[in-house]
Amino acid sequence: MVERESLAARAGWAVRSWWLIAGMWARSMLTYRTSFLLGLAANVLITFLDFAVLILMFRHTRQLAGWTLAETGFLYGTSSVALGGANLLVGSVSGLGERVRSGTLDTMLIRPAPALAQLAAERFSLRRLGRLVQAFVVLGWSLTALDLRWTWDRVLMVPGLLLCGVVIFCAVLVGCSCVQFWWGDAAELQNSVTYGGATLLQYPPTVFAKEIVAGTVFGVPLAFVNWLPALYVLDRPDPLGLPVAFEFAAPVVAVLCVLAAGLAWRTGLRAYRSTGS
Amino acid sequence: MAGVYVAVACGAFRRYSTYRAATVAGVVTNSVFGGILASTMLALWHARPGLGGYDARQAVTYVWISQALLMTVAVWGGGFQDDVQARFRSGDIAIDLYRPVDFQGWWLATDLGRAGFQLLTRGAVPLVLGSLMFELALPLRPLVWAEFLLAVLLAVVVSFGVRFLVSVAGFWLHDSEGVRAAMTVLSMFFSGMLLPLALFPGALGELARVLPFSAMVQLPADVLLQRRTGHSLVTLYAFQLAWAVALLGLGRVAQALAVRKMVVQGG
Repeated sequence: MVERESLAARAGWAVRSWWLIAGMWARSMLTYRTSFLLGLAANVLITFLDFAVLILMFRHTRQLAGWTLAETGFLYGTSSVALGGANLLVGSVSGLGERVRSGTLDTMLIRPAPALAQLAAERFSLRRLGRLVQAFVVLGWSLTALDLRWTWDRVLMVPGLLLCGVVIFCAVLVGCSCVQFWWGDAAELQNSVTYGGATLLQYPPTVFAKEIVAGTVFGVPLAFVNWLPALYVLDRPDPLGLPVAFEFAAPVVAVLCVLAAGLAWRTGLRAYRSTGS
Repeated sequence: MAGVYVAVACGAFRRYSTYRAATVAGVVTNSVFGGILASTMLALWHARPGLGGYDARQAVTYVWISQALLMTVAVWGGGFQDDVQARFRSGDIAIDLYRPVDFQGWWLATDLGRAGFQLLTRGAVPLVLGSLMFELALPLRPLVWAEFLLAVLLAVVVSFGVRFLVSVAGFWLHDSEGVRAAMTVLSMFFSGMLLPLALFPGALGELARVLPFSAMVQLPADVLLQRRTGHSLVTLYAFQLAWAVALLGLGRVAQALAVRKMVVQGG
């Protein structure tokens, strides 16, 4: 094992490890079929109540900061698909602090599979599909309700936006979890970035102060998940007046985010010292 | 005898005070969500000034009060629930039942201790931060704050009553995770945590106002916003108290039924 394998081979092995472990957890859960289906149905209903709040708000006004319900529904759907997808794929990473504390991270480090893939697939739950299903339903509804001329570039933008959004949120989830290498109790801190961020993106950017919107462009780059590409799809002006190139920059940002998250993970893992007990 | 419960409550207070990093992280999260939701309320009240009888400043204040209550009143669930559920799984619950103190009273005492700590940290700090970021309509008279604290105390007891019933369901279901998830949603939605109940339409609004969840966020917020004073304040307390007594009573009945059914495995 002295010679180093190619990057592609290692990435392939990581994905395969994730797939095997996640598949194992999924099979074990599907053994209790009724319980699983009930849990999934409950999950879909639960996340719908979230959207019910938006509907209730729009019962009192036709527009929120200049955006209609269909447009806000598009933001809600895309934001939830991005977070839901990322949560399905790597959501378990947030249990890192608990593993560092209890010492079970060591078990993962000595197994012949990438630790990050193991951590991301651990306790993989198909119930998380519930949020994704609900998000796609809302997104589908908003696409039919939107009063838009659907040109080819706009149509293609939607799947591209979702894909980049999932990748960006995956990177944010992994990157934020790395804080737990040093500060194990602070798991909730990342909720303010992930769940807080997703909630932020569910509303029109014009609702918030310009400084906050600028923070999601130049700070934690969540604006590239849906706000900026949505401006192009929905044909709306940019509240910050940024160049049009920003509306197409999501793939570049997604790659940068993944690199940053990878760096954070490596730094954290190097700094990790086992409890030794 | 009361001394035991006071000691238990103090112990819970001190236990939570040791989770320093988690408390700081939680305060940040509450403040971030407070900022986001306050902005959305400002946008809504900009379009519809005076909606639901609140002006824009009161609506923003409502958001920050609800964030202050989220953990204190455990609208999400949690607190003693996590401990009890773990003890159901491990079987340690049997030990709790033959202790020479009241089972329900013991856990209520721990939950009041927890709520006290979280009111001082995750309640007070986001409210102060919120008043720095936004213009809030908070009262100046100390009496209103005292009235608010009483409403919060009753809110915690009502919330405990609901969570206790969910936990006791664990006797029958072995795992109350599913019931708990459903209850979390109902309680987030109907407590007024996400949106003031005045904005709920027709029958949904009527339903929300009679359910116990409204006692958890909407009513304490009404007290601090001085929307309920004098006679109306007394009926508010009566509503909270009635639900608290009913839920605690129901919890005792459920517990008695559960204990008769329980079999402890030896080993």
